[in-house]
Amino acid sequence: MTTELPFRIAGGLSAGSIYALIALGYTLVYGVLQLINFAHSEVFMFGSLSGLLVLSAVVPEGGAESQIMGAAFLLVALVPAMLVGGAAAVALERVAYRPLRKRNAPRLAYLISAIGASLFMANSIRIWRGPNLESYPSTIKSRIALDLGDTFLGRFFPDLFGRVRIQNRDLIVFVAAMLMMLALDQFVRRSKVGRGIRAVAQDAETAGLMGVDISRVITITFLLGGILGGAAGLLFGWSFGVTQFSIGFLPGIKAFTAAVLGGIGNVRGALAGGLLLGLFENIAGGCFGVEWRDVASFLILVLVLMFKPSGLFGERVSK
Amino acid sequence: MKRDLQSSIRIAGVAVALLMAIVLPNFVSIAAQEVFVLIASFALLTLGLNVVVGFAGLLDLGYVAFFATGAYTWAILSGAGPTKFGFTQTAFWEEWGFWLILAFVLVINMGIGVLLGSPTLRLRGDYLAIVTLGFGEIVRIVASNLDNLSGGAQGISGVPHPTVPVVGFGFGLNPLPYLYLLIALLVLGTWAIRGLDRSRIGRAWVAIREDEVAAEAMGIPTLKMKLMAFAIGAVTAGFAGVVSAAKINFISPPSFDIFFSILILAAVVLGGMGSIPGSLVGAFIIAGIPALVQLRYSRFDEFRYWAFGGLLVTMMIFRPQGLIPSKRRAAELQPESEADAVVEESTPSARSGTEEKA
Repeated sequence: MTTELPFRIAGGLSAGSIYALIALGYTLVYGVLQLINFAHSEVFMFGSLSGLLVLSAVVPEGGAESQIMGAAFLLVALVPAMLVGGAAAVALERVAYRPLRKRNAPRLAYLISAIGASLFMANSIRIWRGPNLESYPSTIKSRIALDLGDTFLGRFFPDLFGRVRIQNRDLIVFVAAMLMMLALDQFVRRSKVGRGIRAVAQDAETAGLMGVDISRVITITFLLGGILGGAAGLLFGWSFGVTQFSIGFLPGIKAFTAAVLGGIGNVRGALAGGLLLGLFENIAGGCFGVEWRDVASFLILVLVLMFKPSGLFGERVSK
Repeated sequence: MKRDLQSSIRIAGVAVALLMAIVLPNFVSIAAQEVFVLIASFALLTLGLNVVVGFAGLLDLGYVAFFATGAYTWAILSGAGPTKFGFTQTAFWEEWGFWLILAFVLVINMGIGVLLGSPTLRLRGDYLAIVTLGFGEIVRIVASNLDNLSGGAQGISGVPHPTVPVVGFGFGLNPLPYLYLLIALLVLGTWAIRGLDRSRIGRAWVAIREDEVAAEAMGIPTLKMKLMAFAIGAVTAGFAGVVSAAKINFISPPSFDIFFSILILAAVVLGGMGSIPGSLVGAFIIAGIPALVQLRYSRFDEFRYWAFGGLLVTMMIFRPQGLIPSKRRAAELQPESEADAVVEESTPSARSGTEEKA
């Protein structure tokens, strides 16, 4: 167990950063609408699939020639994944939520509409692409990016870190996700639109009276969440090498757990929650066997909601 | 006077429908009889979920878990599972086992309902939805990993068919006896749930659904009432589970996935939340039409979830009260009068603002 631990931590941070990216979508929408966008997991799946389609089109047969070319292909695929994610999220809001908002429908109606939309989106892809897993073309090959055995840590704690080698894949996912989250955080904090989002999150009615166009803010919020969700889909698909119509479900519910763990509505909380959950489930998977990993996540969700529903860092977008 | 006439017409209608349900299946093909059994067991599930979602307003997305516990209870205790129990080998158990388990599921599922409900039902609506979804998945994952008890991913095959005690008549593969058993359970369930709906308990559910804080302030023991709805739903699903396991005589974890929960929800929503006839009609449409179409067009299965997902959204936009609305529920879900429409374009919390602070 002790020799495995650092591996688990690396894998956990990589998975956790993807959860955090998706969790931002839940948290942002919750902030402005007090609504759990159950269909966000399908936005993620759309991003993952469009990444696959673009990569299959541009990457030559047999995979990319070099690591640099592979990275370039991945960057090329990131743009459509983000665009498709954003477009899917905005379309979702228009079709499934806006009519209900106009009618002032009760909360139950939103949840049912969200579930229906999720089922519809996932199965549209199933009808189009079939039920099987599809493989991503090979882009960046898996390499050891960092050998902790050669570093300071490895020399001084050879038992713990001596044989730890961090994969480039985990590192890329982690860094890419962190950069995107940083960008979002700064956007929400500094831009004018970001101020609008925070205003609506604090008090929609007053924000409306102060001249904030609520409908526009809601659309932009879905767009932002969708862009990040789409990017997360690409990273997820690339790092596991496969995607399919139902791929959104588990990461979606885990990202939701992450959002709740960090305090739903709280942007930085989603980041912390995602990383913590990724770490926790990987370590728990190491202790009890991989088949119990998902159960561990669900248990965290239930425990947090029961004992600390406001999450570790408090609800709502900060002022 | 007029009221008497109306109610006697209604009673006559129900009697005719029941008679048709009993007589008609005798004259159709076995394949069609199988479809009727499917519809009837599905109707039992919608009837139960309607209590939870329709009456008490609690969105349960893991409802299939209770169906699973019912099915596994019979599969394991019948002696078909990998773990054998001494009592399952006796002739007495062969004759009475199924019926005893059918009664025992009432206790076990009520217990599980209360066990799952008491921590989770304190949560507000959207959190409840996702936690129940999580529980549904936990039950499925546990079932696919407890190899010694539930047969793991392979499931349990050879689950015995029931036998009528004393007479010694075996149900076997013939769909009709199962259909009659399910109809009997449906009638019993409908009668009991209708009674509850019209009692103090039913009114308490309405109050909780409309405004939980106000209900609490009026002295309604909200948690207890919500637990009751949850437990009743659980028991109904448990019955359906036991009968289905005995009918199909094979169960495995993939049959209890989240999509099945959503399908049941779709039937409740389609028929009309809070309406008993509605949930029966919803079950007929959601379970029956695909199965009947399937007899002719075998690829329809692929489109089923897609169509019903779209249906849920469409219903919420255009007819949230369902096909056969309950009067009370329709008033809640319909667009309100012009006076209320002024607050339009607001967030969903504006209306359920009280719920927010709970």
